[in-house]
Amino acid sequence: MFSLGLISLLVRRNLIFVLMSLEVMLNAAGLAFVVAGSRWHQADGQVVFMFILAMAAAEVAVGLALVLQIYRRFKSLDVDELSEMRG
Amino acid sequence: MISLLWLIPVLPFASALVLMLFGPRFSPRMTAVVGVGSIGLSALITIFVAVSFVSAPPADSSYTQVLWTWINVAGFEPQIGLYLDALSLVMLLVVTFVAFLIHIYSAEFMIADEGYSRFFAYMNLFVASMITLLLGNNLLLLLLGWESVGLCSYLLIGFWYRDPANGLAARKAFIVTRVGDSAMMLGLFLLFTQLGTLRIQDVMQRAAEHWHSGSTYAVVAALLLLGGAVGKSAQLPLQVWLPDAMAGPTPTSALLHAATMVTAGVYLIARTHVLFSLAPAAQFAVAFVGAATLLLAGFSALTQHDIKRVLAYSTVSQIGYMFLALGVGAWQAAMFHFVTHAFFKALLFLGAGVIINALDDEHSIFRMGGLRKEMPVAFWTFLIAGCSLAGLPFITAGFFSKDLIIWEAWSAEQGHPGFWLAGMIGALLTSLYIFRVIFRVFFGPLSTPVTKRPGYRMTVPLLILAFLSIVGGYLKEPLLRFLDLALPQTIEAHASVLTEIRSETIAGAVFLIGVYFAYVFDLQRRSLVDVLVANPTGRLLHEWWFADWGCDWLYDKAFVRPFIWATQINKSDFVDSFYTGIARLAELSYRGLSSTETGRVRWYAAAMAAGSVLFLALVIFL
Repeated sequence: MFSLGLISLLVRRNLIFVLMSLEVMLNAAGLAFVVAGSRWHQADGQVVFMFILAMAAAEVAVGLALVLQIYRRFKSLDVDELSEMRG
Repeated sequence: MISLLWLIPVLPFASALVLMLFGPRFSPRMTAVVGVGSIGLSALITIFVAVSFVSAPPADSSYTQVLWTWINVAGFEPQIGLYLDALSLVMLLVVTFVAFLIHIYSAEFMIADEGYSRFFAYMNLFVASMITLLLGNNLLLLLLGWESVGLCSYLLIGFWYRDPANGLAARKAFIVTRVGDSAMMLGLFLLFTQLGTLRIQDVMQRAAEHWHSGSTYAVVAALLLLGGAVGKSAQLPLQVWLPDAMAGPTPTSALLHAATMVTAGVYLIARTHVLFSLAPAAQFAVAFVGAATLLLAGFSALTQHDIKRVLAYSTVSQIGYMFLALGVGAWQAAMFHFVTHAFFKALLFLGAGVIINALDDEHSIFRMGGLRKEMPVAFWTFLIAGCSLAGLPFITAGFFSKDLIIWEAWSAEQGHPGFWLAGMIGALLTSLYIFRVIFRVFFGPLSTPVTKRPGYRMTVPLLILAFLSIVGGYLKEPLLRFLDLALPQTIEAHASVLTEIRSETIAGAVFLIGVYFAYVFDLQRRSLVDVLVANPTGRLLHEWWFADWGCDWLYDKAFVRPFIWATQINKSDFVDSFYTGIARLAELSYRGLSSTETGRVRWYAAAMAAGSVLFLALVIFL
């Protein structure tokens, strides 16, 4: 699932999908924690997952605000088109 | 009181430091108080020290104050020590007092300049270095002062650094004097390896013990020191920097010519007089250089039209007189001429500064005229200084000092009628060129209107210096007797042939002839000059003299061009290719790295993922 997220991050051009694939990767990490927690009978895995959820929520709030701003400014969400570097 | 000696160099040095660090934040008034006040205090302490030196002469008629040991390496321990005797005391009095007057003058002269505090910082440092040079008790400390004087002259000549020509003049002064300095340093090395010390008094004593008169070491050492003196004092063949040094502000020129810098060479030779007495050949070279310089510079001064350049050549010529006196063994006469010269040359430059300022930066004497009624103070003081320079008989200081030198040039033991003749012709030239300036600038019709008048801070120093330019001559007897404490007496060998009175009478007549010719050519019948210049020979001579006998041209062809040629050939040598190689490598890696910065976010993410995979793989499998 982590690899799936990573691949879609690399392949997708739309910023929204990029953010979504980031979420997928985070959830993959979270799932790994939960599975590891149940395997070794530790509550820590679930605690860390709660942290990841909270962080993901905060990240999405900031990320979506940025996406909104970028869309207003450039009228596009294509990451390749948004590149302003001409080196 | 005499133990306050150390304060004399420290005060100007401290104020230079303060002005360098905090100068831009001071108000102009504060800057002037600090800059002028420190020199004033120095002058005051010098007077106290002089009074106590004269009233209670220390043993051996010299006073040494050792502050601390500078370096201590394998028997080589130069000290930061001050040495005061009659010779350095006379120099010190003149330097601090004249510098004080010049500082008062510049407080008003430079007021409109944006680099006001910078100017005073440099000027104070200049005076401090000169005092170090005078008081150093070993040749290394003397060399320190010597080099700092050179540095300050560089800074002040290039003071208005926005004009590239000024920077060029400053570099020229620095490099040309550096040629002499290298010779002087070689001389110091030789003295140290042969005599094992650099303390001036020990060097003199050991030289007299170990070397017999005319020995090779003595001659070579004296000639090397002469090389340094020639560079600093702008004598032939290194005189080319001084006329260009006029690029600096006028008070700088006054300080440079009257009190500091150019007299350093005279002081060095007088200080090491034992060495020169041991080397008759070197001493003859001193006299010869002096005589040749005073003539060549006199001719050049005749043709200049920039008032400051006339005065610059005049300085070169007058220092030539001092060298002539040193060369024939008339040490006291040289120092006496230094004293009077400091007064009237400072006055001439300050007067020229007043005129240039009043005429809105006009330098050419041909565009001046009729200022006698417009600026009476400047006229009278300039006239007094001019008379003193040319040697108006019986009244002015210059008459007493210069005619003493001219007479000694024949009558002294190493004297020669040829030197006497050179001195006489030089005297004729002197009165010709200075009265040429006076007649052109102050008489005739008014050509450029006066826009600015000097305030009291500029006129008071002029009046004091004018007073000294006259009274200085009456100090002759006491001053010469006082200098006997430090310098050997002049041996009169040919006095019977030509008595002093006769020589002075001839000099007086020569002065009048010079004034008369200047009057004819530059006031009564100015068209005569055009007739002279129209003549092909006259024009050739005029151009030749105007270009300083072609010295600049010669040095350009002989040294500057070959040097540039050699550097061009040597441009891409091995060492250079090593350093350019490093630069190339840096540039290459910069290009490689910058090409990865594409601005494409997905590539960055991919690179990060690849990197993490790589490092994980490394951690796991290794």
